[in-house]
Amino acid sequence: MTSTRRVFMKSGAAAMLSLGFAPGFLTRAAAAADARKRLLIAVFQRGALDGLNMLVPFGEADYYRLRPSIGIARPGRDNGAVDLDGFFGFHPRMAPLKPLWDKGMLAAIHACGSPDSTRSHFDAQDYMESATPGVKSTRDGWLNRYLQAINSTTPLQGVAVTRQTPRTMQGRAATLAFPGVDEFAVRDTMGSARAIEDSYSRTTDSLLSASAREAFQAMGVLQKATAGSYQPANGADYPRTPFGRALQEIARIAKADVGLEVAFAESTGWDTHVNQGSDNGQLAGRLDDLARGLDALTRDLGDRMADTVILTMSEFGRAASENGNGGTDHGHGNAMMLIGGPVNGGRVHGKWPGLAPEQRFESRDLAVTTDFRDVFAEVVTAHLGADRSALPKIIPGYAKPRPLGIIKT
Amino acid sequence: MTHRGILARTLVLGAVLAGSTLGAAGIPKDKEAVEHALNRLAYGPKPGDVERVQEMGLSNWIDRQLHPDGIDDSALKARLPEQPERPAQFADQMEARRWGRQSVQALSAEKVVRAVYSERQLEEQLVDFWFNHFNVFAGKGRTSEWIADYERHAIRPHVFGKFRDLLEATAKSPAMLFYLDNWLSADPAAAERQQELQQQRAARLGVANPNRPQPQGQQRRRGLNENYGRELLELHTLGVDGGYTQKDIIEVARAFTGWTIAPQNQKAARQPGVPFGARGRRPQLAPGAVQEGEFRFTPMLHDSGEKIVLGHKIKAGGGIEDGEQVLDIVARHPATAHHIAFELAQRFVSDEPPKALVDRAAKKFRDTDGDLREVVKTIITSDEFFSARGAKVKTPLEFLASAMRATGRDMPGDGRQLLNALMQMGMPLYMCQPPTGYDDTAETWVSAGALVARMNIAQRIAGPQQATSIGGPEFQRR
Repeated sequence: MTSTRRVFMKSGAAAMLSLGFAPGFLTRAAAAADARKRLLIAVFQRGALDGLNMLVPFGEADYYRLRPSIGIARPGRDNGAVDLDGFFGFHPRMAPLKPLWDKGMLAAIHACGSPDSTRSHFDAQDYMESATPGVKSTRDGWLNRYLQAINSTTPLQGVAVTRQTPRTMQGRAATLAFPGVDEFAVRDTMGSARAIEDSYSRTTDSLLSASAREAFQAMGVLQKATAGSYQPANGADYPRTPFGRALQEIARIAKADVGLEVAFAESTGWDTHVNQGSDNGQLAGRLDDLARGLDALTRDLGDRMADTVILTMSEFGRAASENGNGGTDHGHGNAMMLIGGPVNGGRVHGKWPGLAPEQRFESRDLAVTTDFRDVFAEVVTAHLGADRSALPKIIPGYAKPRPLGIIKT
Repeated sequence: MTHRGILARTLVLGAVLAGSTLGAAGIPKDKEAVEHALNRLAYGPKPGDVERVQEMGLSNWIDRQLHPDGIDDSALKARLPEQPERPAQFADQMEARRWGRQSVQALSAEKVVRAVYSERQLEEQLVDFWFNHFNVFAGKGRTSEWIADYERHAIRPHVFGKFRDLLEATAKSPAMLFYLDNWLSADPAAAERQQELQQQRAARLGVANPNRPQPQGQQRRRGLNENYGRELLELHTLGVDGGYTQKDIIEVARAFTGWTIAPQNQKAARQPGVPFGARGRRPQLAPGAVQEGEFRFTPMLHDSGEKIVLGHKIKAGGGIEDGEQVLDIVARHPATAHHIAFELAQRFVSDEPPKALVDRAAKKFRDTDGDLREVVKTIITSDEFFSARGAKVKTPLEFLASAMRATGRDMPGDGRQLLNALMQMGMPLYMCQPPTGYDDTAETWVSAGALVARMNIAQRIAGPQQATSIGGPEFQRR
């Protein structure tokens, strides 16, 4: 029993009970004190993923009419889709994730996206990362605003394994961005690392000394907790790619128990205008990297997946119809995936709008039936445990996020 | 020497240099003031700079910096990295993109070399300031193809000129037209008219299938795009609290319909130096069309109806002059004077600059019809400027350039070798995505990860003794 819980018992829980408001409060406080940190790992697929070939609507006749050369064959055919529910199937290179689906740990939402119709990567990424579609003046990202809302106390609560702090993580709350734990260290190439560190502890410059203290503390904690070379658990085999390496670093930090709550990684190369291929080729290569990476990450995290959610996203989908170059142009609605113990998995969520011309957005793209902010809102509340009253701060300008049931309650 | 003596010498020297009008009154002479000026108006002192500036007198030095044409910068020229020549035409999109990437890399290297070695330090500071004010992002589509041209021809020539000229140069630059989508913006009805006309022409010429898919982007040219109109008011001129409405944004966007980029006929043989257009000929422009470099005004796409912008009526029937009138209106709006004065004071004085100074600089802007040299002079010769020592945190570029200058060492390679350091500190050049540009306040640049990067970079570029001071807290400020 934790001391927090004991304090509540001692300090007159019975009295509070009689006032009629104690039980919820008590259990919440006690649970918070007991809970290991819940973890969200956000994966951004930059360049606009072709969701229609990742999560194939093989039950939709129009799909094959629109994509005669790049369409993924029906399940059961040569190199066909991996059947999920009789209507949707994975691209064959996504097969490593099928066991997670079978275990009910993987859910997808199709026809998900932005209420803004922009087909500019630049604007759409901006809108997704700020979670304020159509509003460009937002300075901070939604994951940073989550950290602000919970009054995060250490930058180790939010780590992006990227060179620059991604827009999603920018903002007032202290976060860390580095390409790997080993890079987040003051090198002693000139023998002056110690002297530099000392100069920050002596300075009267409170802004710089506070940040430096934060940096040295986080560095010290991380270095101690991640000492030695990292060995992935349970035979996890990460692809030897930038994405694979980033995921491995996230697992390493998560397992170091330094308080990580929100992690971010990105995957690039999804902008397949030309020769995207079908079961093989450019897109297949990207999906292979994605699926093998996520498979390795879930294996490596092992039972930590019980309180982890991996969320994949991309700025918009691609046109329903293939273009004249064996590729796809910028589209609208797209597929997102959620993986983890808390996920209501084994299901494709969201309303499927169909691919007939009149069902398409501007008669060319998969329509959007689920606002991506609904997904974000559910993840921060139902999974990370933020209070719903904090939502207007985390996702401003979005009055009523719709509950989706993608996270178990 | 008497005060009058100094003043007389300054005036004589100034007259020789560039017709100086800068009085020495109010400009301190002590070593700290000189260091401060070098930290703010230049990218930090090089060894010996403080003494040199003291020798010539700080007010003289400032005056020379305000008139950079009189400063010999030939040593810099020899150091500038080679810039790739833009080919007359690109074989395909891939080649265009490759060239764009090379060009941005070379320009980034050039920017670092200029910051470290140019004698015209204030000009480099201001080019950086104005590029950031009118930010474009090299990562958005074709923008990178035009960025070098944008900095050289739209920004640099105007940093000591009139704001109105700078504004128009950016408004007509392909980089800005592309980045903020105005090249796609059209009167919806006009876009339909154009399509009809194209189909008629195709039928007349017997071209098969006039409805063939158009290149990407063109199929989207079917309506009004507010992107540029919004940022013009919010970021470039009046400022977010400048008192405009959503209706103003739409009216401004309507005025700029038809401001676009001359189409590049990728298959046409085009001689270098010949303006864009089919098969090497000057394109046959429609009546009312205007072409300046790659900027084109296309009357067909223009909404020529009446517009009301910030209370000013723009009469129906106009063409390119509609947009030009909008530029007149916004460049001379009092909110613009205030917004620009504030930003310059924030850059040179402090994150939250004194109101009295901003008001004086704004008044100077209004009184001189936006003479940027005069506005900058008002700020950098003020008491507020000299009493703000150490108030700013260096941006990564300022940190890197001032560290290189402080070491007095020769830069390794041609500048490219330092670009990675800027990326590690979160300021990759020409790669700031939002139109707001990089923020210029301490809270943006002071973070745990960024400080660690600075400590490591200090040790990479300086010897053991200097690494400690360059990596330390005092050096992060200016």
